[in-house]
Amino acid sequence: MEILGVPLQALMSQLLLGLVNGSFYAMLSLGLAVIFGLLNVINFSHGALYMVGAFLAYIGVTQFGLNYWMMLVLAPLLVGLLGIVIERTMLRWLYKLDHLYGLLLTFGLTLLLEGLFRSFYGVSGQTLDVPEQLAGATNLGFMILPNYRAWVVAASIVVCLGTWFVIEKTRLGAYLRAGTENPKLVEAFGVNVPMMVMLTYGFGVALAGLAGVLAAPVINVTPLMGSNLIIVVFAVVVIGGMGSILGSILTGLGLGVIEGLTRVFYPEGSEVVVFVVMVIVLLLRPAGLFGKEK
Amino acid sequence: MSLAMSAALEIANLQAWYGESHVLHGISLSVQPGEVVALLGRNGAGRTTLLRAIMGLTGRRSGSIKINGVEAIGLPTHRIAHLGIGYCPEERGIFASLSTEENLLLPPVLDAGKGMSLDEIYAMFPNLLERRHSQGTRLSGGEQQMLAVARILRTGARLLLLDEISEGLAPVIVQALARMILTLKEKGYTIVMVEQNFRFAAPLADRFYVIEHGQIADTIAAADLEARMPALTELLGV
Repeated sequence: MEILGVPLQALMSQLLLGLVNGSFYAMLSLGLAVIFGLLNVINFSHGALYMVGAFLAYIGVTQFGLNYWMMLVLAPLLVGLLGIVIERTMLRWLYKLDHLYGLLLTFGLTLLLEGLFRSFYGVSGQTLDVPEQLAGATNLGFMILPNYRAWVVAASIVVCLGTWFVIEKTRLGAYLRAGTENPKLVEAFGVNVPMMVMLTYGFGVALAGLAGVLAAPVINVTPLMGSNLIIVVFAVVVIGGMGSILGSILTGLGLGVIEGLTRVFYPEGSEVVVFVVMVIVLLLRPAGLFGKEK
Repeated sequence: MSLAMSAALEIANLQAWYGESHVLHGISLSVQPGEVVALLGRNGAGRTTLLRAIMGLTGRRSGSIKINGVEAIGLPTHRIAHLGIGYCPEERGIFASLSTEENLLLPPVLDAGKGMSLDEIYAMFPNLLERRHSQGTRLSGGEQQMLAVARILRTGARLLLLDEISEGLAPVIVQALARMILTLKEKGYTIVMVEQNFRFAAPLADRFYVIEHGQIADTIAAADLEARMPALTELLGV
């Protein structure tokens, strides 16, 4: 069976690949949006922390004899802790300054982290095996579905929707939303806002770490894997617009799919399609698809 | 018995800065539990800044601010709130990303059992019950003001800092707010309010502080108000 001259099997597998990439976009842009909202910091090191998550999974499995599932929990926790250290020792001094300072600091951290891992592991990249429980593929009739890729998409959707639920529907999320609007007043009500800011940064980068672990078995784990991704993720944030959690999730997944489809129908365009979409969206809706016009 | 021991709010020689500019120049005042005190003065005299300085929302501060006897000058803002203060800022501070009820439930309970329950608050402000699912900033100005005050009554705070709550509201709502202040006074709340609307504050307050250039220019007891009116009118430029 073919659609527009493309075999269905090929179309579906590119769609799935797009959804997998979209899952990473969604998890990363979600963290970026939450961090920017509360901390006013454009966290350029998000990609590097995604890379650290992937490397921690690789190191845990290959050098400490831990399994994938343990690292799925452990690596995001460690990345979150690293984030808390970064927030406490560096970022907190920059909140009152222009965005540019936070961007520069986190860009510097990115170079530092990438350099560190490059000096230990080189640039050629490492591979991590798919956990045995998720090895193999399922034949759905119209396509062969690799189990691990299905798991990545499902896990990231659950994590993203869970985050959305906490932020939009719970008391904790109300503090977060209010803190994004007017942190001083929330603090004047007796909420420990500095602590909340610290934990939010930790949580945001832990999401990046988790995405890194999920990605490790399907991509080449290299020190530069984050840099390759982060530019696209920034474009996703711009397209989705700030201020909507659900918006950044949908935009992330949607752009992954658009990229996948472009790879089928016009492979030459797949690397730039996200940026073309960005230009169009910025021309028509400068605040982004889900952003609020100021 | 020393008065200082029992004061709800005892401020001594308070100085405060915004960056380089020195905005409060040695303010001292004392508010007893259950008292209602009004801060009068021209715009920019330092009344709002005084409330913000109590909450630790200005820049550097020096001097002493004791809340129920506890020194608060060195505490971070969120710890100051936990000494039992409810702060209602001039701009009301209703959150657009929260519903009316979420706004109402936002401030954490500071003293369990002391505050009003949600039911009591809705009984006092029936409009808020009706509109509890609306976005906070979709409420009318008056409703937003009610919400801004109502949400700090839930927390159990007994010392309320109210900044210009009657500003820009229709007379009928201003009257409702005045009744609310009287009710709170009967319930024993301690209230420090900044007011531009002198006629609103006059029948409510036990004492008036006139603030000028970041200092206390005059203190007037409610009983002396009539006699001091001409001087006061000139001072406030009303």
